[in-house]
Amino acid sequence: MAGNLLRVNDLYLHFRTMKGVVQAVDGVSFDMDRNEALAVIGESGCGKTSLVRAILRLLPRNVDTYKGNVFLNGVDTMKYSEERFRSEMRWVSMSLVAQAAMNALNPVLRVGDQVAEPLIVHQGLRKHEALAQASEVFRLVGVSDDFLNRYAFELSGGMRQRAILAMALITKPDLVVLDEPTSALDMLTQANIMNVLKSIKRELEQSFIFITHDVATTSELCDRGAVMYAGQIVELANSHQFYLDPYHPYAYKLMASVPTLRETKELEFIPGQPPSLIDPPTGCRFAARCHRRFEPCDQEPPLFELADGRSVKCWLYK
Amino acid sequence: MQAEDQMLLSVEDLRTWFELRRWVFARAGYVKAVDGVTFDLPRGEALALVGESGSGKTTLARTILGLYKPTGGDVIFEGMPLSQLKKRQMRAYRADLGYVQQDPYGALPPFLSLRSILAEPLRIHKVRSKEEQDQRINEVLEEVKLTPVSDFINKFPHMLSGGQQQRVVIARAMILRPKLIAADEPVSMLDASVRIEILKLLRRIQEAHNLAVIYITHDLSTVRYFSERIFIMYAARTVEKAPVDSLLENHFHPYTQALLTAIPDPDPKNAETFRDIPAGEPPSLVNPPLGCRFHPRCPHAIQGLCEVEQPPTFLPRPQHFVECWLYRDEKKAEDAQG
Repeated sequence: MAGNLLRVNDLYLHFRTMKGVVQAVDGVSFDMDRNEALAVIGESGCGKTSLVRAILRLLPRNVDTYKGNVFLNGVDTMKYSEERFRSEMRWVSMSLVAQAAMNALNPVLRVGDQVAEPLIVHQGLRKHEALAQASEVFRLVGVSDDFLNRYAFELSGGMRQRAILAMALITKPDLVVLDEPTSALDMLTQANIMNVLKSIKRELEQSFIFITHDVATTSELCDRGAVMYAGQIVELANSHQFYLDPYHPYAYKLMASVPTLRETKELEFIPGQPPSLIDPPTGCRFAARCHRRFEPCDQEPPLFELADGRSVKCWLYK
Repeated sequence: MQAEDQMLLSVEDLRTWFELRRWVFARAGYVKAVDGVTFDLPRGEALALVGESGSGKTTLARTILGLYKPTGGDVIFEGMPLSQLKKRQMRAYRADLGYVQQDPYGALPPFLSLRSILAEPLRIHKVRSKEEQDQRINEVLEEVKLTPVSDFINKFPHMLSGGQQQRVVIARAMILRPKLIAADEPVSMLDASVRIEILKLLRRIQEAHNLAVIYITHDLSTVRYFSERIFIMYAARTVEKAPVDSLLENHFHPYTQALLTAIPDPDPKNAETFRDIPAGEPPSLVNPPLGCRFHPRCPHAIQGLCEVEQPPTFLPRPQHFVECWLYRDEKKAEDAQG
């Protein structure tokens, strides 16, 4: 059954600011299976980090609208109370590797204690039991036991990121959300971390949502991909469709703008800028920059579901 | 010697070391950020300097720009060695070079309008008349396509997008008609769809003015589109130097091989395989390993040789230089020039 792990239905998250209401997540729907990696790709300001916050209910105070459904294992987590969500969902069934998390490790705690913390807090384990599990998770992410007793500053960037990953995996969550997990890392370290993620996926059949602006890196851990633009998903497809033959004009241009090492191609760019999320245009939000715009684009298209399994928010595919 | 025949830039066995402050219980040492780099750069050529963080590429560029004093070796620009320039001459030297940094917003003073930002280098270099300043400012803004100029000239940096801010940084780098531009990760903080636009702009400007460009990046994928030669830096040295196509076809140095293996293209098949890359991290620049600096991580390290002696530069193919003992049967590069 499609979406047997996660089903997000019509999710909205708007923020109140001095300049107006930022419609960061504006009607997002998608689903995920177990043991699936979903890549969410978009440029800055498209709403992908807000999508993470909406799913994990990590909300700031200036929320204007927060509605929709997030079904995890068939249960709508949006209906949970704050307390229930905290004790049963966040960091239990769903965990997060936040952007630049590796720089947010507590400098005065030993790394092992930090990684073990979710088990002590959420599952009431004793410290020595939690540390034993931390050791096991360290093995999974490829960090030696010695580092359990070290402090964050003694670890290199790559090792810190692995420690953060360990922290996200230790409660054996159904879903791990990765928000730009490799963008601060060097190329070789990045490739190493992607190898770690791949092996975790195989060994644990772990499901991931992988959010990034780095299009090429997403292909390393991607069964399906979703492209976000101006707070909405404009294309949702499996990885072969997504990388080799994107349908939505924005997705197409985005792929065309990625320089490739192994084949020479004519690189394209998209003139102009994404629209403001405070006052998004009516009609299709990409129309102003679209090379295939035509009359219907004055109306906002729905997300059409095509016969080959993909969804495209574009009148060209009606 | 004719000015046209003269090599624009020659870097000779350059070393830039930073002294560590003394600790109570440890001897002070040096962070050897650049430790023996030699190459030539002719007018009009774009050179890509690729390496991971801590490889020395930014320090190398800043030393060339005159922002750091070389600890050893020299930087020779149009025949004049940097070490012999007096203060006044340094200022004239800096007018010949432009610098484009990574963070466009950080590079622009937030309290100055675009006009003031662009007038500043002109003023410092004694172009004081408003008409001359205006004319030059208009020229550069047209060139970076921030038009109509009147729309932009009174704006402040925060009113512009990242891509537009970077265009202002480029305009400022160009305004004194430099002969060389050092661009340090000029697009890595910009969105994917904007990067190509800015890189193409830089390329156009380079070709229009026959500028030499040193393009520093960790993103090897962009290099083939925007430069003629690549230098791979590792632990303060250039381990491989070659024309772009030659390097992409034959990556001789094991570190270059690792880099190229590590970089993904957007290919759905990537999710099915693991990448075979060496473990470990780049070495400390205070105490680099003896012998070849890559040997602790190198899958092809030759016992008894690589950990003992620093390899000289070999030339396995024309114009293609490698610092690696694997090529010891090839001819040596006599004057080790890149």
